[in-house]
Order: sequence, then C-alpha cells, then structure tokens
Amino acid sequence: MTNNTTQERQETAAPTAAPAIELKGISKAFGPVQANKDISIRVMPGTIHGIIGENGAGKSTLMSILYGFYKADKGEIWIDGKKTEIPDSQAAIAAGIGMVFQHFKLVENFTVLENIILGAEGGRMLRPSLAKARATLIELANDYGLNVDPDALVEDIGVGMQQRVEILKALYRQADILILDEPTGVLTPAEADQLFRILGRLRSEGKTIILITHKLREIMDITDTVSVMRRGEMTATVKTADTSPPELAELMVGRKVLLRVDKKPAIPGDVILDIQGLRVVDDNGVERLRGIDLQVRAGEIVGIAGVAGNGQSELLEVLGGYANGIGTILLKGQPLELAGKHADGQSRRAHGIAHVPEDRQREGLIMEFQAWENTAFGYHHDTDYRSGILMNNAAIRADTAEKMARFDVRPPNPRLAAKNFSGGNQQKIVLAREIERNPDLLLVGQPTRGVDIGAIEFIHQQIVALRDQGKAILLVSVELEEILALSDRIAVMFDGQIMGERAADQTDEKELGLLMAGITDTDHPHSIAEIEANLAHAHGDAHKEV
Amino acid sequence: MDVMPKWAEVVLVPLISLLLAALISALVILAIGEDPIAAVKLMVTGALGSTYGWGYTLYYATNFMFTGLAVAIAFHARLFNIGGEGQAMLGGLGVAIACLYIPWPHWSLALIGAAFMAGLLGAIWAAIPAWLQAKRGSHIVITTIMFNFIAAALLNYVLVNLMRPKGQMDPATARFPDAVHLPTLHDLLSPLGIAFSKAAPANVSLLVAVAACFGLWLLIWRSRLGYEIRAYGHSESAAKYAGISPVKITMIAMIISGALAGMMAINNVMGEAERLVLNSTEGAGFIGIAVALMGRSHPLGVFISAILFGFLYQGGAELALWTSIPRELIVVIQALVILFTGALDNMVRMPLEKVFLALRKRKAAGPAT
Amino acid sequence: MDYITLIQLLDSTVRLATPLLLACLAGLFSERAGIFDIGLEGKMLAAAFFSAAIAALTGNVWLGLIAGIASSLVLSALHGVASITFRGNQLISGVAINFLAAGMTVLIAQSWFQQGGRTPSLMAGARFEGITLPGADAIADVPYIGPLYAELISGHSILVYMALAAVPLTWWLLYRTRFGLRLRAVGENPAAVDTAGVSVVGLRYAAVAICGVLCGIAGAYLSTALQAGFVKDMSAGRGFIALAALIFAKWRPWYALWATLLFGLFGALETRPDVIEAAIGMKVQGQLLGALPYLMTVIILAGFVGKAIPPRAGGEPYVKER
Repeated sequence: MTNNTTQERQETAAPTAAPAIELKGISKAFGPVQANKDISIRVMPGTIHGIIGENGAGKSTLMSILYGFYKADKGEIWIDGKKTEIPDSQAAIAAGIGMVFQHFKLVENFTVLENIILGAEGGRMLRPSLAKARATLIELANDYGLNVDPDALVEDIGVGMQQRVEILKALYRQADILILDEPTGVLTPAEADQLFRILGRLRSEGKTIILITHKLREIMDITDTVSVMRRGEMTATVKTADTSPPELAELMVGRKVLLRVDKKPAIPGDVILDIQGLRVVDDNGVERLRGIDLQVRAGEIVGIAGVAGNGQSELLEVLGGYANGIGTILLKGQPLELAGKHADGQSRRAHGIAHVPEDRQREGLIMEFQAWENTAFGYHHDTDYRSGILMNNAAIRADTAEKMARFDVRPPNPRLAAKNFSGGNQQKIVLAREIERNPDLLLVGQPTRGVDIGAIEFIHQQIVALRDQGKAILLVSVELEEILALSDRIAVMFDGQIMGERAADQTDEKELGLLMAGITDTDHPHSIAEIEANLAHAHGDAHKEV
Repeated sequence: MDVMPKWAEVVLVPLISLLLAALISALVILAIGEDPIAAVKLMVTGALGSTYGWGYTLYYATNFMFTGLAVAIAFHARLFNIGGEGQAMLGGLGVAIACLYIPWPHWSLALIGAAFMAGLLGAIWAAIPAWLQAKRGSHIVITTIMFNFIAAALLNYVLVNLMRPKGQMDPATARFPDAVHLPTLHDLLSPLGIAFSKAAPANVSLLVAVAACFGLWLLIWRSRLGYEIRAYGHSESAAKYAGISPVKITMIAMIISGALAGMMAINNVMGEAERLVLNSTEGAGFIGIAVALMGRSHPLGVFISAILFGFLYQGGAELALWTSIPRELIVVIQALVILFTGALDNMVRMPLEKVFLALRKRKAAGPAT
Repeated sequence: MDYITLIQLLDSTVRLATPLLLACLAGLFSERAGIFDIGLEGKMLAAAFFSAAIAALTGNVWLGLIAGIASSLVLSALHGVASITFRGNQLISGVAINFLAAGMTVLIAQSWFQQGGRTPSLMAGARFEGITLPGADAIADVPYIGPLYAELISGHSILVYMALAAVPLTWWLLYRTRFGLRLRAVGENPAAVDTAGVSVVGLRYAAVAICGVLCGIAGAYLSTALQAGFVKDMSAGRGFIALAALIFAKWRPWYALWATLLFGLFGALETRPDVIEAAIGMKVQGQLLGALPYLMTVIILAGFVGKAIPPRAGGEPYVKER
C-alpha cells in the first residue's frame, strides 16, 4: 500500500460522512487496575485504522468493550453517527461489528460450516440453515478470495485457515466493521501479507477495519490512520502517511527507545551444547522435531527464529527436560538423557542448564506462590534452601530479597504473590532465579513477551552480560526484531526442522522471513503461490503423515 | 495487591458461610415446627455440657480429622478425593485383619499394627484411582465415586462370606480380643486425676489424629514434598517445568490421602465398635469434604472444623433423642456447609471483595496500583 | 432358562433401566452443555419423595409427578446458581445437592407423615399403573410373539414409554435443531458461543433445567411406578449408575439407551441368582453383580475398552477472556 493510495482514500471518505465508529470518553477499570482512561477515537468508513501499543496498554480491552464483551464504566459508543448501546456481543453483531480475536473462538470438533452458522442460524431447524450458509459461503469466498472447505473439522485445518473461518463468521453476520486483534501473531510474514491483501479487498468493498497490533511494520504497511495507546490512555491519533516508525515507537513508550541492543562482537569458545539428529514425537504420534542439528558455543547467543508452532517450544521442552526426545544431545561432551526417569527439570539443572521458559505464567512461575517460593522453584532441593528434611524458608526469603535488589524487582517484597507483580517484574524474578545459578547453558524462550519496554532493555542487557561471561545461550523468540538484535548466530525453524543458519550481521528480515516459510534458496525470487503451498504444509495436515 | 486481607480470606469468608448455613438450618427447623433456639441449646448441652457429651463430640471429631485431612491433602494437589468413604471402609477391613489374626501383646503395638494395615488398605484403595488418573486420564472424581460403591460391595462380600463367624446372622466380624482394646479418654485421664465419662467412646486415637494434623501441617508447609504438592496443585505445567513429576505427585498425594482416610478405622472400628460391621463409616468419609472445605484445606482449619462437626453430630443425635427432629438434620447442615464454603464460595466472596475494595479506595486517594 | 423366564428377566430389565435412562439423559443434557452433574442422585431422591408425598396427599399421581419435577428443578436451579452464576465448583455443588436431598427428604417426610422418614403406601390412582397396549390381550396366547408383546412390550407405566421416547427426541434435539447445535457448542467452547452473540448462561441454565425435568420424572418413577411410596435413600445410588452409564455411552443418546439397558439387566439378574446359576453353571454373588456397573465404568474410563472423551469445556465455569 503506497502513501498515494492512502491519501486518496482519506479524501474519498468525505469529511461530511459520519464516522463508522466513534468512541467518546471510554473508561474501564478491572478492580484496582485502570485499563482504559477516557479514550476517544473516530474511525471513518472504508478505512483501516490501526491501534498500536505495548502489551497491556489497554488495546484489547477497548476493542472488547466495542464488541460488548466488557461493559465500559463510562463513555459512549457511536456507530454510523448514532449513539449505540452495546451491552453484549449480540448487540455488537446487530450493529454490524465483527471481531477476530487473538485466540480464535471456534468449536474445534465442529465443521467450518457449523462454526459459521453458530449463533446466526436463521431458523430453529439445522438443515435449512446449513444449506443456506453453504450457498452464502461460496459467494463470500468468490467476493473476497476467502476459500475454505465448509465440511472440514476446524481441528483439522491450519491456523491460517481457522483465521479465515473467523473472518467469514463476521462477514456471514454482515459485519461492516471488522476488528482484528493481533491477527499476525501466529502467521508467517507471507501469510500475514496474504491476510493484508484480503483486508485491502475488504476495505475496497467499503468495510471499516480496526487492526490491533504491537508491530510497527503492520501499521505502516496497511493502515490509513493510527492511534497509539499507552498505559490505558490514547496518546495520539495520526494519519499513517504523516508518521514514522521511530515516532510511533516513541509515542508508544513515552520516550526515545533504544531499538538496538548495545553489544560487543561475540568471542565464541568451546561447544557447550551439541544437538545431533534430535526428533520429538508427541502424544498423538505427530513428529514435532524432525532431525535437529545445532551447536551452541560458550560466549555466544544463538537465536531460533520461526513462526510459533514450528517446533521451537518442543526444542526447549526437550532441552529443559520435560518432553521426551530421540537422538543425541551433548552438554560439554556429556550425553543428556532424553527419556525416562532422569529426563526431567531436576537433572537438567544439576547438569548446569538454566531455563527461562516461554510462558512465565504457565511454566516459569506459580502465580499464587509468593516471590520467595518462586525463587526456590525448581531449586527447592538445593542444599542452601534446606535444613534437615524440611525447607529453610528463612534462608530462601533472605536470598530472594538479595536477588530482587540486584534485578531491580519492584516492589522488592519477597512475600508478595507472583500474580501481583507486573509482567516485566515477573520476568525479572524468573531471570534472577535462573541467571544467578551461573549456568553453563541458558535456555531463554520469549524473554520479553508481555514485558514493558523499560524492562525489555534491562532483560536484554542481562542476557548479553551472561554471554560476555562466556556462557552459552539459546534464545527462542517469535519476534524477529528481538532475534536480530540479540543473537550472534540465527537458526530458522520450520516444520520441525532447521531451514538454515545465518550470522546475525549477515542477514535481514526478508531472508529470514523466506526461511521461516520453508524456502531455503533465498537468493531466487519466489511466487506467492509457491509460498502458500509451503505454508499449507507448515500449518496443515502435513504433520499427520507420520 | 490482593483484594482482601489475609484474615478476611481465612476467617471471615468461612465464618460468613457458616452463619448462612446456620441461618438456613434454623429456618428448616422452624419450618418443621420446632424451635431453633431450643434446638441449639439442646445441642450445646448434649454435646458440650458433660464429659459424656464431650466424649462423643471428640470421638466424632477424631473421625472427621482423619477424613478431613485426607480430603485436604488431595485438594492441595488439586485432586478431589470423594472416595474417603470407600477408603475408610477398606481401612476398617485392615484394622479387622490386624486385630483378629495377629496376637498382639499390648494395645499400643496393636494400635501401630492396625493403623499401618488401615493406612495400607486405604492407600491402596486411593492409589488405584490415582494411577488411573495419572496414567490413563480417568477423572479421579468419577473413579473414586465408583470405588466407594465397589468398596461397599467388597466389604459386604467379605463380611457375609469370609469373615462372619459361623452361626452369626448379622454381617459382621467377631469381636476383637481384649488385648487390642484401646484406652478411652477416661482411662487416659483418670491417672491425672481428671474425671471423664466412662461410657463415651473417645479414645487414644484422638491423640493420633491431632498428631496427624500437626504432621500434615509440617508436610504441606514446611517440607519439599509439600512444596511440590502445592506447586503441582496450582499449576501442572509449571510443575513439569520445574521437574516435579505429575504422576509422582498424584500418586503420593492420593496415597497419603487414602492412608489418612483409612486410618480413621482405628477410631471407629478399633476404638469404638471393636468389631467390623457393614456400615461402620457412617458417611464420615463424605463429611471430610465439608470439613476440608470449611477448614480451607489447612490442617489447623481441619482440626477446628472437625470439632465443630463432631459437635453437630453429637448435638444432632441428642436432638433426635429428645425432639422430633430426625438425625438427618445434620446431613442437611453438612450439605449447606459444603454448598456455602465450597460451591457458593464466590457468592460470599464477591460482595466482601467489593467492600474491601471500597474501603481501600477511600483510604488511599489516588490510583490503587 | 425357558422363554418365559427370559421374557420376565427382560421385563424387569426395562423396569429397572427406566430410571437409569431418564437420569442418564438428564446428565447428558447437562454435561453436553459443560456442566458436570454428580447431583443426579439427589435430584432423583428429592423428586421421588415429593411425587410420592403429593400423590399420597392428593391421591392424584399426576400432581405427584409435577411436584417431583418441581422439586428436582429447584435443586437444578441451585446447581445452576452455584456453578453458572457464581462459577463455583460443579462437583462440590453436586455433592452438596446429594446431601441436601438425602437430609431434607427424611426431615420433611418425618414432619409430614411421622412414619420414620417414609411416605404412606400409595393406593391405586396415586400410582402409575401399567398400560395394556392395544391387542395385547388378544395375542397373548400366540407362541413367542404373544408373551413378547403382552409381557415385555405392553404393560409398563406411561413413564417407561416416555423414557423410551426421550431417546430419539434427545437425538433429534441435539443434532437437528439450532438449540442442539448451541448446546453442544457451549459444552465444547463457551467462548465461541459467547462471541457469536448467544448467551452462555442462558443455554447452560436451559440445559440444567432439562436435566432437572428428566431427573424429576426419574424420581417420580421410582416412588410412584416402580414402588408404591417413598422410603429413605430409595434412589440407592441409581444417580451414580446413570452417571456411569453416561460415560459408558460416551455422552450420546442412543448409546445411553443401550448402556442403561445393560445396567438394568445387571440389576434384574441381581434379584434372580437362580437364572445366572442356570445360565453359566456357577453361583455369582449378588454383591459382586451390583458392583459390576461401577467396575465397568472404571474400566471404560481408563480407556482399556474404547476411550470416552467428555465435552471439552465440562466442569469449567465460563469466565470471559480475550
């Protein structure tokens, strides 16, 4: 989308027309947390409006209010120039609003068709409803290029397809306004491009689209106007053509941001981690890792790039000791057990592997436990934390207080439950626990997911500092920017395999993006069709061939 | 910050639930044409007004401590052990086997042996559902319910066909030998010069139950195993990450739970009946659920609510004796306690949280985060 | 075993399977909507008491049935308030309901009738009598078909036929109507239903209410058709056997029929040890036969014989999440 066409569109959307959506002074609090503070916004019909902000800035809450999922404490919603009450999703749908949530709201063991008609059946009997929907679906598919198999079970189709079903659900309900919440989180760059083409087409048909994202690139690529949110407040609304990524970034965080990490060139030493032919087969017999070979040396950061769900999590789980693998993993030349009694987190820690897991709320921390209990988590058999057969709670609390001070955890209260810390401070608790063990190998998954920008810098600095002490670090992140900024060497995973390795300073987002889509000969141009064919393989049934 | 201070969480919420249960019970008593205040007076004098009453109250409380702790430890591992009843039945079988077939020289040795057998059989009866949940994914609630029925059928079979003395009509074992007779509170207290009713069944098992409360407190809050059980109970995925085996914790928590439920039999079978009869558990396994819920799964809470339920049981028996209120009133109260402290917890909690939030907002002007 | 014994055995199988079938379908509606219900037992018991009590007081069995259904609905509403509105633990709520019914029925029975927690025996008119289907008398003497029709198919109370008719009706409702689609969806993924603009709470209450009605009929059948009056704890674990049958049936209506007939057969055999002895040549203890449904459920649940996968959102209160 060039700036030219964007400006044209702005002009065609005549200023006399009423905005498709207008929010006036929306406020919403969850208990003591003020998620939205006096937010006002205007979106003109036939445009794509981006809402950008960090995680936790209140974007999703705002859109959930618009969709009737939450009720605003204060404020008004105007649709097409009319004041509209949206007490529930039913009202939102009636007002012509459709929403594609970040986590899809589909019934997995229903067919595509059943999912589409659910709630909009049009009659008491199922069969005529299904027949009618089938006809409409074909029309919609032709109009917008949204092809899906109506009789496929949702659990059998890939994420990209599931997203299409969500969009079709909204269109089937004749939505004129479409809200998409972080739609590209689970997509490859090429899939995302395809989604954006569909969105462009919807816009040209006169639909109004709100795109919620935290990715600057998407805002710049597709939106006409953009609003920036920070800590529950709307800090600015600008025409996309009149702004720039650095300006948006600054608006998002409220100060100039260091987009690059300051680090000296790596001085790699001996091989610490040596993975040879590693395979993982999950409970359903699906092969998740299909022969991984990878080395990590002392004093370097190896980043694993890839779209979520291509085996990165399984790789961390095997290395962390909580999934079984087949193959060989050597740590400082010693083989690790990949199945059986000693393939667990305890013995991995004993080997000198520390692990900052991908999902700190589900794995890294017990949210109900206090900070000190979490500091002992995984290390609760440590002799320093013991007195006789019992735990030495006083010692753990003292140790926690020290760690909290060193990692600037706020508030520095060891007796506060983990759930009461912010995302960044939770991550610091995990990081302090793992880094302070002085491990030979640190596994880091999504280190800055849901972390505020100030904490991101601190966390990145800690990881680099550990590298400079000569430790080996394996980093997994779905944020390409983060991978590029932190890693010394980058391996790209696709469909359970490593597609290629690149030195971080000799590659770019475009090359990595192609690798992430499973295309290895990155020097040649590729057709969209070719990429799509590959992607169908990445997300779809192909896994079940085993 | 948490919305409610800890004391409100621990004391106020259960207390309000209890009051609600009491209020509705009073209405029920009114509805069947009796006077609730007179009923409470009768219950208090009957259960607490004499050492005889206390003897019964504490006897029941001993049962409920065991079964309450059994439910509580399982709750910490986020397992709902509804099979305490069946495990206690099997415990009774263990006690009967130990007492009838081994010539014990002294009651203290017999107590140890019987407790071991009771715990062992109870543990086995809990370990099977635990294994089925951990390894085969069967829902432990359904399996333990089924195991209650299977235990009842098994006990029925054993008593009728195997352990019933020849010529005896009712399905029960022979009386245990005198050597395994456990000292009652009367026997224990009279050397100290304290007079205690001779007829009441409270016995030395009470001390074992209290010790079990303390032991379980140490286990849950001070030991590494307890830490692992609690961690697993809060988050299975995090437990896996930390190297805590879900299979191991599920098995261990349920084995401890089943053993505790089974050990109840040293009180009711060995201490009181001195033989094994068909319905020896009298629903104590289920009351453990109410006791654990009201005690917030904390051993001290279990101790207190076990005594409360002991009082209700003895008081209820007195009511049934002196008024036209049937004993089933206790079952109703038990149901209400489970309802309010367990299922309707949020109904009590949500308004309270609002109150505390409003209080805090008034105190601290400005944003609370 | 002769033919007439077989017919008699099957006849009592149908009688014993009926309350199980009704309760099983009741549980099916509730659990398909994502609400676990281990309170089937309590609802049946309450309905058994109130239908017998009202039938005894008024002499009209239909009023009794209505009272039974109403009492079961009250307990259903309680379960709904606890597990849907206040998002409490559904299992604990079910346990509470079972005890509430066990206690209250005796308490009220004692207060109303002073007969030690039972109702007076019901006279004719206050009971559901067997219905003789057309032509049953006429062909009763025809060999084989006659006894089959006259003894096995004809002669049951209206509630038995209602229970049997409930099976295809449930199937049709579940798989052929909008309500059924939404009901199944809310048990699998309530968020999908919510975002589609359909009330999760409304659907779940509807399911719980249907469950209450069916449990009410099941309870009424116990005290006004199978037996003539209420006695303490007369549901005798049938609610749990129904639950077992539901798992056995993998939450499907037709399978539910077969599962409850099978468990009904076990019940029938329990009262006829002579038949088993004649059939397999050895004595089987009645207690063990009684435990068979429970054992089979454990085995099925463990996945040793076919895997039973419950509705995915079952047991979890629905909390809105982005």
